[in-house]
Amino acid sequence: MGEWMTVTDPDLSSENKNICQYTSETKMSPSSLYSQQVLCSSIPLSKNVHSFFSAFCTEENIEQSISYLDQEQLETSRREMIGLQERDRQLQCKNRNLHQLLKNEKDEVQKLQNIIASRATQYNHDMKRKEREYNKLKERLHQLVMNKKDKKIAMEVLNYVGRADGKRGSWRTGKTEASFFLRNEDEMYKILLNDYEYRQKQILMENAELKKVLQQMKKEMISLLSPQKQKPRERADDSTGTVISDAEEDAGELSRESMWDLSCETVREQLTNSIRKQWRILKSHVEKLDNQVSKVHLEGFNDEDVISRQDHEQETEKLELEIQQCKEMIKTQQQLLQQQLATACDDDTTSLLRDCYLLEEKERLKEEWSLFKEQKKNFEKERRSFTEAAIRLGLERKAFEEERASWLKQQFLNMTTFDHQNSENMKLFSAFSGSSDRDSLTVHSRPRQKKPHGVSNGSPVRTSKLTKSLPASPSTSDFCQTRSCASEHSSINVLNITPEETKPNPVGREGTNQKWSRASRPASQEGCYSGRSSTCTNSHVEKDDLP
Amino acid sequence: MPRGTRALIGCAMLPSSSLPAAEVAVAPVVPALTFAGPGSAAAMNFSEVFKLSSLLCKFSPDGKYLASCVQYRLVIRDVNTLQILQLYTCLDQIQHIEWSADSLFILCAMYKRGLVQVWSLEQPEWHCRIDEGSAGLVASCWSPDGRHILNTTEFHLRITVWSLCTKSVSYIKYPKACQQGITFTRDGRYMALAERRDCKDHVSVFVCSDWQLLRHFDTETQDLAGIEWAPNGCVLAVWDTCLEYKVLLYSLDGRLLSAYCAYEWSLGVKSVAWSPSSQFLAVGSYDGKVRILNHVTWKMITEFGHPATVNNPKIVVYKEAEKNPRLALGRLAFPPPRAAAGPASTTESKYEIASAPVSLQTLKPIADRANPKIGIGALAFSPDNYFLATRNDSVPNAVWIWDVQKLRLFVVLEQLSPVRSFQWDPQQPRLAICTGGGKVYLWSPAGCVSVQVPGEGDFQVLSLCWHFSGDSLALLSKDHFCLCFLETEERVGTAFGRPGDHT
Repeated sequence: MGEWMTVTDPDLSSENKNICQYTSETKMSPSSLYSQQVLCSSIPLSKNVHSFFSAFCTEENIEQSISYLDQEQLETSRREMIGLQERDRQLQCKNRNLHQLLKNEKDEVQKLQNIIASRATQYNHDMKRKEREYNKLKERLHQLVMNKKDKKIAMEVLNYVGRADGKRGSWRTGKTEASFFLRNEDEMYKILLNDYEYRQKQILMENAELKKVLQQMKKEMISLLSPQKQKPRERADDSTGTVISDAEEDAGELSRESMWDLSCETVREQLTNSIRKQWRILKSHVEKLDNQVSKVHLEGFNDEDVISRQDHEQETEKLELEIQQCKEMIKTQQQLLQQQLATACDDDTTSLLRDCYLLEEKERLKEEWSLFKEQKKNFEKERRSFTEAAIRLGLERKAFEEERASWLKQQFLNMTTFDHQNSENMKLFSAFSGSSDRDSLTVHSRPRQKKPHGVSNGSPVRTSKLTKSLPASPSTSDFCQTRSCASEHSSINVLNITPEETKPNPVGREGTNQKWSRASRPASQEGCYSGRSSTCTNSHVEKDDLP
Repeated sequence: MPRGTRALIGCAMLPSSSLPAAEVAVAPVVPALTFAGPGSAAAMNFSEVFKLSSLLCKFSPDGKYLASCVQYRLVIRDVNTLQILQLYTCLDQIQHIEWSADSLFILCAMYKRGLVQVWSLEQPEWHCRIDEGSAGLVASCWSPDGRHILNTTEFHLRITVWSLCTKSVSYIKYPKACQQGITFTRDGRYMALAERRDCKDHVSVFVCSDWQLLRHFDTETQDLAGIEWAPNGCVLAVWDTCLEYKVLLYSLDGRLLSAYCAYEWSLGVKSVAWSPSSQFLAVGSYDGKVRILNHVTWKMITEFGHPATVNNPKIVVYKEAEKNPRLALGRLAFPPPRAAAGPASTTESKYEIASAPVSLQTLKPIADRANPKIGIGALAFSPDNYFLATRNDSVPNAVWIWDVQKLRLFVVLEQLSPVRSFQWDPQQPRLAICTGGGKVYLWSPAGCVSVQVPGEGDFQVLSLCWHFSGDSLALLSKDHFCLCFLETEERVGTAFGRPGDHT
C-alpha cells in the first residue's frame, strides 16, 4: 500500500490526495459501503448489516474510519460548493445578458411607439387636408344638385295619410317655435328625471337589502361570539373582552331597529364600525383556532410521516416475501390437485365422492388464487412506480453528469499547459482504452473483489451490484475529466500491477458517484434491502440502460 | 349544467338522457317535417320553399305578415297560412325593404334609380313614390312614427325627411357617412344623428315628432364610427374609428357622462351592443376581447378574452361533427337514395361534447390587408340579459356564449364552417345560428341541436330572422326562403320519440 502511494502521490494534486487516502483504506471498504448507505438514506439497518459493520469497524480503525468519513463528506460538499458557485456565476452572467436584452427591447418598443405616433399625426394631418378638399367638392355638388330646382326630386302620393297617433298634422308658425322647443326640453328633462328616479329607487332598494344583510350578519356574529366568551371567563383580558360590552350595546341598538331605515350618517357609521369590530374579533379567534389546529397537526404528523415511509419499505418487503410464499404454496397446491385429479381419474369408485370434495377445494383455491393475483397485481404496480422513479432519477443523473462533464471539460481545456505528469497520465490512459475493454475489466475485477467480501455473509449481492452499476455510470465514461482520469489511472494501475489492491477501486469510484447514488435512493434501497437478487438486477439493468 | 342532459330546442331539461350530445334525427318528410330527439319535446316543421332575391324577407313588427321580394315584386304573406295577401310591383329591382312601426306601410328602396316606393297594406290601391333625382340615394328608413321616411343622398350630402301626412319636407345637412350614423330611441321619441362639419364630429339629437333639433354637441372623436342609444333612451354610446379605441357615453341632454379607452396604438372597437336592460355596454374590439361597462360608474367590470383553446373543464364545448350515414336495418334501399351520395352540405351533423382542453380552429390574419379578420365582429345579448353571444373573427367557426350573471364563459359552439350570423329568440334565451350550409343550429341552456333544412337540393342558409313570438324562424338562402316553425309542446315530443329512440 505504501509503495503504491509513493508511486502515485507525487503526481497527484492535493485534491487527489484525498482520493488516494481513502482508496488506500482497503480494509474499510465494507464499512465505507455502509457509510455510503447512511449518507444516502435513513433506512434502518438490517441485522446482518450490523454484524457486517462490526466486523470491519474494529476498535483499532475506528478513528480512521471517522476521519475517512469526514474527509469524504468534506470532499463531496466542497465539490458541490464549487459546482454551485460556478453555476451561480453562470446564471448571474446570463441574468446580466438578459437584462441588457430587455433594455434593448424596451428601447426598441419606445422607438416604434414614437414612429407610430408620428405616423398617426401625419395621417391625421393628411386626412384633414383631404377632408377639406372633399368638403369643398361636396359643397359644390350640393349647390349644383340642390339649387337647380331639380324637378325630379319629388314625392308623388295618392293622398296624405293620417298620423299614427290619430292626431291631425300640426301647423308650425314662427310664434310657436319657441314654445315647441321649450316643450321638447321639458319632456326631455322629464324623461331623464324619470330615469334617475328609477335608478335611485333601485339603488335604495339595493342599499336596504345590503343593510339587512349586514344587520343579520352582525346579529349572527354576536350570537356566535358571546357564548364562547362566557365559558373562558378567566381570559377576560383577551381581545374578545370587548364583545360583551359590544353585545350589550347592540342589544340596545337592535330594539331601535327602525333607526336603520334612516340613512343618516351616524347610524351608518355605527353599523359599519360595529361590524368591523366584530369581524376583527372573529378573525383573530379563527386565526387562533387555526394556529392551534396546525400545532396539533404538526405534533401529530412529524413522526408519523417518517415512520410511515420506513413502514412502507418494510411492509413492501414483507409483502413481497409473503407473495413469494403464496406463489409457492399455490404451486404445490396445484401440483397436489393435479395429482389428486390424476388419481381420481384412475379410481372410478371414489371419483364421485372426491369430485365433491375437489370441487369445493377448487372453488376455495380459485378464490385464493384470485386474491393472490390481485395482490400480485398491486405489487407489480408498486414495482412499476419504483422503476419509473428510478428511470426519472436516471435521467436526472444523466443530466447532472453531462453538466459536470461539460464543466470539467471546460476546466480541462482551460488547463492549457499539461504538466509532465498529466500528459503521462493521458498517455497511459489512452493506452488503456485502446487495449482493453471496460466490461472485461470489471468482469475481471469482480471475482477479486468477491474474495474479501466473502468473509462477511450476505454481502455478495451488494458488491456485485456495485461493480455492475459502475462501468455504466456516465461519470466514468467521461475521460476528459482530469481528476477522475487520475483516479482511474491509479486504480487501473493497481489492477495491472498488484491484484491485492483492487479493492479500493470500487470505493473510490463510489466516492465520485456518491451524488448519483444518493439521488437514486429508492431504487438502490430496493436493491440493497430486498435481499432478492432478481429485483435488484432488474432495477439496475433498467437503470443502466437508460443513460 | 349537468353533463348528459342535453335537451333539445326549447324543452327545459331532459330527465335522464345520458347521450354524449343532443342528436336529432330527420324524418324525410317534406314539407311538414317533425323532429324528435331523445326524449325531447321539440318539434320543428318546415314550410315549403319560396323564391326570394337579395335576401329581402322581413316579418312585420306586429308579427302578422311576412314581406319578401322577388326581383321587382314585393310579396306579402300571412305568417300562419303563408298565403299571399298582397303583391306589389315596383319600378325596378328592390334593394331594400322596411316595415313601418305600425305594420301598415312598407317601403321599398331602389337605390340604383334613386327611388323609394311605399305601399299600404290597408289600402292596396294607395301608392307613394319618392324620387331623389340626381342627388341619388344610398339609404332609406322609416322614422319611428311610421309616417316619415328619411332618405340619405349620395355622398351623404343631406338627409331628406319626407312626410306621408303633410307636404312638409325637412332637410338635415352634414350627415356623416359611417358604420351607424342614425339611431332612434326605443320609444321612438328621439333620433341621434352623427354629423361631420369642419373636420369635426358632432351629434345632433332630434325630436322625432316635429324634427326639432333638441341638442347638438361635438364629440371628442377622431373619426366617429357609430352611435347607439341605450334601450332606455337616456344614454347614447358613441365609438370612434377602429384606429383608436374610444367609447364615449352621452346623456340625452348632451352631457358627456364618461369616456372609456382600453388601450392605445392598436386597432380598437369593432362592435358594440347594449344589454336590453341598459345596464351593460359590451364593447368588442380587434384585440379579440369583449369589455363590459356598467351603467353606474361606466367603468369596465369584466373582460372576456376569446382564446383559441378552452381549458376550463367546466365550460361545455359543443363541436359540430359530421354524422356517419347510419345504416338502419330495414332502411337500406337499393339503389341507394340520391341524398346519401349528395354533396357534403346535405350530410347530417350533430353536436358532440368535446372534453377540455379544446383547441378551436383559428384563422391566420393577413397582416398587410385592410379589415383583417380578427377581433370581435359580432355580439348580442339575449333578450333576458342572461347571456351574451359573441364571435371572434379570427376563430370564425365558433360562437362563444357568456353567462352575464356570473360574468364568465358558459358555452362554446364550434361549427364545421364559419358562422355567418346568429340571432337570439326575442322571447327566450335561444340562439339561432347559420353558417351558410344546409343546416340551422339552435342553442339553449338546455343543449343544442343541428337541424338539416329539408327539401330538394341545397338550401344554404345565409341569413335568418326570428318572428317576434319566437315560434318561427325565417331561413334565407340566395334564391329562396322558408319558415321553420318551432313547437314546444310536450305532446309532440313524446309522440315522435322516446329516450334512446333516435329515429
